[in-house]
Amino acid sequence: MRLLLFFLLIAAILVLIARFVPKGKTISLYAVLIVIAVIMLLPFYMMFIMSTHSTAEIFSFPPYVTFGDKLIQNFKSMNESVNFLRSFRNSCIVTFGNVALVLFFCSIGGYAFSVYNFPGREPLFAILLATMMIPSTAGIIPWYIMMSKFSWVNTFRALIIPNCANAFGIYWFRQYCKNNVPTTLIEAARLDGCSEWTIFFRVIAPILLPAYASLGIMQFVNVWNDFMQPMMILKSPNVQTLPLMLRSMVSDRGTDYGAMMLASTCAVLPILIAFLSASKYFMSGLTAGAVKE
Amino acid sequence: MSFKETWKKYKVAYVYIAPFYILFAIFGLFPIVYGFFLSFFRWDGLSAMHFVGLTNYINVFKDPLFWTALKNTLVIGIIAHIPILLGGLALAFILNSKLVHGENIFKTIYFMPMVTSSVAISIVFQQMFGNNYGVINWFETLLGGDKINWLGGDGSLIKAAVIVMFAWKWVGWNMVIYLAGMQGISNDIYEAAEIDGATQPQVMFRICIPLLKPIIIFTMVQSTIGMFNLFTEPFMLTNQNWQGGINNGGLTLMIYLLNKAPQGGNLYGYASSVAYIITLMIVAISTAINKASQDKSDPDYIQSEAEKRQRREQRKQAKQQRRA
Repeated sequence: MRLLLFFLLIAAILVLIARFVPKGKTISLYAVLIVIAVIMLLPFYMMFIMSTHSTAEIFSFPPYVTFGDKLIQNFKSMNESVNFLRSFRNSCIVTFGNVALVLFFCSIGGYAFSVYNFPGREPLFAILLATMMIPSTAGIIPWYIMMSKFSWVNTFRALIIPNCANAFGIYWFRQYCKNNVPTTLIEAARLDGCSEWTIFFRVIAPILLPAYASLGIMQFVNVWNDFMQPMMILKSPNVQTLPLMLRSMVSDRGTDYGAMMLASTCAVLPILIAFLSASKYFMSGLTAGAVKE
Repeated sequence: MSFKETWKKYKVAYVYIAPFYILFAIFGLFPIVYGFFLSFFRWDGLSAMHFVGLTNYINVFKDPLFWTALKNTLVIGIIAHIPILLGGLALAFILNSKLVHGENIFKTIYFMPMVTSSVAISIVFQQMFGNNYGVINWFETLLGGDKINWLGGDGSLIKAAVIVMFAWKWVGWNMVIYLAGMQGISNDIYEAAEIDGATQPQVMFRICIPLLKPIIIFTMVQSTIGMFNLFTEPFMLTNQNWQGGINNGGLTLMIYLLNKAPQGGNLYGYASSVAYIITLMIVAISTAINKASQDKSDPDYIQSEAEKRQRREQRKQAKQQRRA
């Protein structure tokens, strides 16, 4: 509880600085931002640190807070206990398979809702919006029973196909089409003799690229990091995704924490690097739906 | 236009939207309906099903473990919302003020937890919260305090650890959303406030928060759903214990549900009724948040209420006429 007191003390000092020191307001605001940034980064830093230490070193007190020299040893131990590349490949199959299908179905669906004025459009769209209100928790048990009746347990299908019914994605593409696809463009393409299918793929899809990027990133992050559904479905070690592989490294007969930290680092790094290099798109993708245009 | 002509003209549109409705009917709607049906039966997944009426629901409410799980979930969710909402708003306000630069760097850092796998991060937090080796206890002893047994002891501090993790993860997401909302507010309003001599707290409480209300409501509903679905963090922090660690300190509703079926037990009917209770709570709380936040003096609200009243009266009159 001294930690809480410490933070309160810091806060009090910052308030005093803001009040009495010239330019103090800016200084204390920066201090707040930097302190919180350090707290946010601490777990990542500790993850990198611990992946370079042996289990005995991790369990020592005071803890090591600088890089150690057991990286290679941990790497060997990790390869002995789990097959990292196989899990990485499995994660890729599930994620890319699902993202590709979701983007395809949602874009054609949203496009149809925004462009064609077919009978029954309004009621169908109202149904679509209503499905977003129902929490998926209600059907989780029957969903699992269905998967086992289809004998889809231990297959990637079970994670790829059911999650393709994405009402939010269709809504998202409909809004984007409404704002960005001019009707004249479609009419011009029709006059030139394009079939409806060609119009969509040749003319419309390129316009929708930003919408593909946002929704794709959102779906990618969710599926890549998902733990609960894969845990229920993927039971055999051959089909483990990365979160399941990490989980399987915890064992009653002595867990090698150094190797586990290294595996966590390897699992987190790819997506972290992708995020850092395109953070703007990630943030707009993952907060899509909150800020309506 | 005949049915055939309509079909011919709009075939493409129907084909384009069909996949969603087919997939949703099979994998979304059917499980939800079937779950409701199943919650009135006793079934172990293999033998014949027995109709038991409301027994499952009654048994859930009689189970002390269910109440522990519900209490834990609510405690974690409600306490964690204080730093998430207030911290998110405060950080967004600081970054939006003209006093600081480097908005993008801070935004990126605060958002990092959202893209990382909860399993990996939970493993790291488990080490950081360790009693005899964790970094957090090390800081505590550096400041002259005693070591705190976060994940052990009588289990009550497991919730505190989960709250820290939950807040750590979501504060950045909320902040980015609030910041986008604040930047959407027209600059004229801020300038007008400045000319009128408003102080920064006044700008925050009188301008930003009222204008951001729809966005704040959205994030609250989202995190309510997140709260009831809380599973990975407590599960991993307690060494994958299906009882939620010592004294069920970290048992959440989702762990309780999945432990009944299909992980651990095979009480499919019972688990379905738990799932339905959770769903009803999510729906009830989201509706309550939406209702409670309605501004009675808002012109749009007054108009929609008036319209509703008018329609009700019309219906009443129509009924009377029919009777007469």
